[in-house]
Formats: sequence, C-alpha cells, structure tokens
Amino acid sequence: MKCKLSIRNLNIHFGDNHAVKNATMEVAENSVTAIIGPSGCGKSTVLRSINRMHDLTPSARVTGAIMLDDTDIYDRSVDPVTIRRRVGMVFQKPNPFPAMSVYDNVVAGYKLNGVLKKGDADEIVESCLKRVALWDEVKDRLRTGAVELSGGQQQRLCIARTIAVKPEVILMDEPASALDPISTLKIEELIEELKSKYTIVIVTHNMQQAARVSDVTAFFYLGELVEIGETRKVFTNPEKKQTEDYITGRFG
Amino acid sequence: MTLRSITVRRASNLTATLLMGAATILVLLPLVIIFYHIIKMGISSINLGFFTNIPQPPGEAGGGMANGIAGSAIMIGMASLAGLPVGIFGAVYLTEYGTGRLSSAIRFCADILSGIPSIITGMVAYSLLVVPLKGFSALAGSFALSLIMVPIVLRTTEEQLKMVPATLREASLALGVPLWRTSIKVTLRSALTGIITGVLLAIARVAGETAPLLFTALGNQFWSRKLTEPMAALPLQIFNFAISPYEDWHRLAWAGALVLVVLMFGLSLAARWLGRTKHF
Repeated sequence: MKCKLSIRNLNIHFGDNHAVKNATMEVAENSVTAIIGPSGCGKSTVLRSINRMHDLTPSARVTGAIMLDDTDIYDRSVDPVTIRRRVGMVFQKPNPFPAMSVYDNVVAGYKLNGVLKKGDADEIVESCLKRVALWDEVKDRLRTGAVELSGGQQQRLCIARTIAVKPEVILMDEPASALDPISTLKIEELIEELKSKYTIVIVTHNMQQAARVSDVTAFFYLGELVEIGETRKVFTNPEKKQTEDYITGRFG
Repeated sequence: MTLRSITVRRASNLTATLLMGAATILVLLPLVIIFYHIIKMGISSINLGFFTNIPQPPGEAGGGMANGIAGSAIMIGMASLAGLPVGIFGAVYLTEYGTGRLSSAIRFCADILSGIPSIITGMVAYSLLVVPLKGFSALAGSFALSLIMVPIVLRTTEEQLKMVPATLREASLALGVPLWRTSIKVTLRSALTGIITGVLLAIARVAGETAPLLFTALGNQFWSRKLTEPMAALPLQIFNFAISPYEDWHRLAWAGALVLVVLMFGLSLAARWLGRTKHF
C-alpha cells in the first residue's frame, strides 16, 4: 500500500520536557493506525503534531520531518492552514460549535472560511450526516442547537464536520473515551467505514478498541516508539517485552 | 479533643450570623440612602421639558438639560467608536497572539492606565488636543473618555476571551480555518455576550465621569453645532448647577443626577441580564 504519512526522527519538546523522542513511523493510505500507550507517553503529542496543532503552544518545539505525500509539513514554506485542510482532527471531547445549529456545524469549515455556496450546503449536510449514520436521527432537527444532541451524536457530528471539508487524513484523539458503549460501537463501525476513503490515525487508551479497529498499531512508552507493526501481530506476538507487559495489563 | 457544648456553639453561630447580617445591611445602606435622597430631591423636576429644553437663566422656569443629555450621548458614542475597537482587538491580540514580554507589558500598562485618576486623563487630553486646536471641544472630551474606556474594555474582554474553551479554537483550526478568522468568528463570537457586558459597564463608568470633561469639553449652556466647539455633558451640568447659588438650578442638578443614576443603574442591570446567558 502507498505510504501516506511518513514521520521521520520526530522530536517534540515542551520547554525542557522531551515529550517525543526520535519517533520514526509510516502510515499507509486508506488504513487505520492506532497509537496506544499509557497516559503521558506522548501519543496525543505525536497525533497533534501531524496537523501542526502545537503551533499554538509557544513552548512547543518540533524537529524532524513529517511527510504528507511529498510535502514536509514542517517545512518553512508550508502554511499550517493548508496542512490542516488536508489533515482533519476529531477530539477527545465532542466539541461542536455551541452557538451553531446541527446544520451549521456540518458546514462550519466552509462557513468560517466564508466559502460556503448556498446551493451546495444542503447536499453537503445530507451526504456527510449520512456518512456518519446520523442523518436519520437528526434530519428533523437540523436547525436545533448542536449541544442539544447526545454526546455520541455530537461526536458523530464532529466527524461529519471533519469529513465535510474533504481531508485526506483524519486524526482521532481518543474519540470514544467520553462516550457510552453503544456510542463507542457506532464510532468504531464508522471508523471501519471511513477507511475506504480516508487515512486514519487514532489514539486510544482502550486496547480492545485498538485491536478492533486498526490495521497497524504503534506502542509508545515514555515518549519513545517501542514497537509498530500489524495489529494482530502486536497483540498476539509482540516483539518487545514492554509491549507485551502493557497489552497484558502488567503496567500502565 | 473536647467538644464545646451545643449551647455555646449555637450562641456563637447566632452571633456570627447576626454580625454578618449587620455587615450586609451596612453595605446596602449607602446605596439605599443615595437612591432615596436623589429620588426625593430630583423627581419633582423631572418632566418632559427637562429632556427637551436647554437650561434657562436663573429665575426663569422650564429649563432642562437636553443639551447635556445629547452631549453626553454624542461624546460617549464617539469615545466608544474610538475606544471599543482598540480595547477589544487589543484583548484579542493578548489572548490569541501575544506571548511573553510584550503582552505582560501591555497588561501592566492597561492596569496602570485604568488606575490613573481621571482628572489627569483630562489634563493630558487638554495638552494634546485643546491646546493645539486652540479651544475646548467635544472632540477633546471624547478623546479623554476613550482613554478611560480602553483599559477597562481591554481587561474585561481579555477575561471573557480566556474563558472560551481551547477546544473550540482547536475545532476551528483543525477545519483549516486560519487563526485570524478563528479569533473573530469563533473566539470573539463565543465571548460576545460577556464582551457586551464589559462594554456596557465601561459606558456606565464614563457616563458619570466629570473630571476629564472639565477642561476638554468644558460644557455649554446652549446646543453645540460642531464637534470642535465646547459641548455640554450631563455630569458637567450637574456639577456647574450644583455649585451655582440659584435654587432652581439646584433642582435641575438633582434631576440631572437622578437621570444619570437611573441610566447607570439601567446599564448595570442590562449588563447583568446579558451576563447570565452563556454560550458555552
């Protein structure tokens, strides 16, 4: 499979804290890569570096390269905004825009950029909500506030909002950790379904989830990439002792 | 550990409750006295003429403060036009872009500026605008008022912007929206009601300012035709009429005070009412 993202010698510092240490990994196109590891191991930090979210944190320093196709997203000539249009993100806590309706949330990427064409909006809203299997639940209340939806619905709305702007890669930062089991299941099914069109990188605390949804699993510990490989292999026959200890629940 | 008897504890509880109740009443008392006194002294002179007529010479009945009310409105309006954008966008800079020394310097300056006695602001406006333009003017008065508004609006807006959750900002950025658009359309929008509350309070504050207008707008017994002329303002008229020796001017001053207090009370109420509804 074609390589979509190539992370090379990635180091991330927050002030004196060396959060990610020389990570090198590849992500294949139209695959799901799970990043697992105990809290504070740097997995979210790696994820957020892929769409330059650390630009907002003054103390953060990122070195190394992250190639998105042939573009080094940390190259000086690259505008983070164009990267973020290609690399969307779904966050841990559902964060629809509270002042907007369900409808407006789906097209928020267009609206906020001032490029929404009136004629296209209905079509975008319907197709994106159908893709995330939310259409039947909300089609009669598209004009109500997004915060009136349940947590699971809000998270699917956030995914709809993300795919509406047609990214190539979707980053998910523990997208189901704030949701109940049924909503979690729906999100997992959705990830499986989205894989055909997008490249997905998901950070999760839940190892069963990683095993269920991902093709490739990367295990981080104390800022280092300990092991990366085919999910089945990592979970059944890991190469490193640390990985085995973590997935069998001996620490973490 | 020995427990005190229930009687003793009940007694100390009662004492503490009574003392705090008394303190609360003492806090409220001045407000009640001020309101009562102003209403008692001012209400009899409030009539339609007060809002439509300009002051009459002493001894003639039917004078009002229409020019003062209009002058205050005009100068507060101009001060807001100049001061609000500076304060609001300055706050956006501080929260969204500002890092390090420059921001702390700006914050420090804003705090100092809001602590400067308003008469000094008036003196500065006098030397910067009144002297070069060779005359007292509404422009100079508005300038002085805007200097007072900027730090208030800056700090209240900054507080409101800080309360906007980072997740909203990130949601917008992750959709490929540039930071400046995110600042305006998401962060400012989310904090809007809080910012308006701060703006109303800033307006209420400068509406009552007298000192900075004393040697800038100066005051005017008649209608002003230009912004480069001296202009009447409600607090100035109250001041001038209250220190005059004429009984009917005193009555007008009380009526003016009543109008001013009601206005500020209304602005504060509006600010509180707005502040209750939160968008996030």
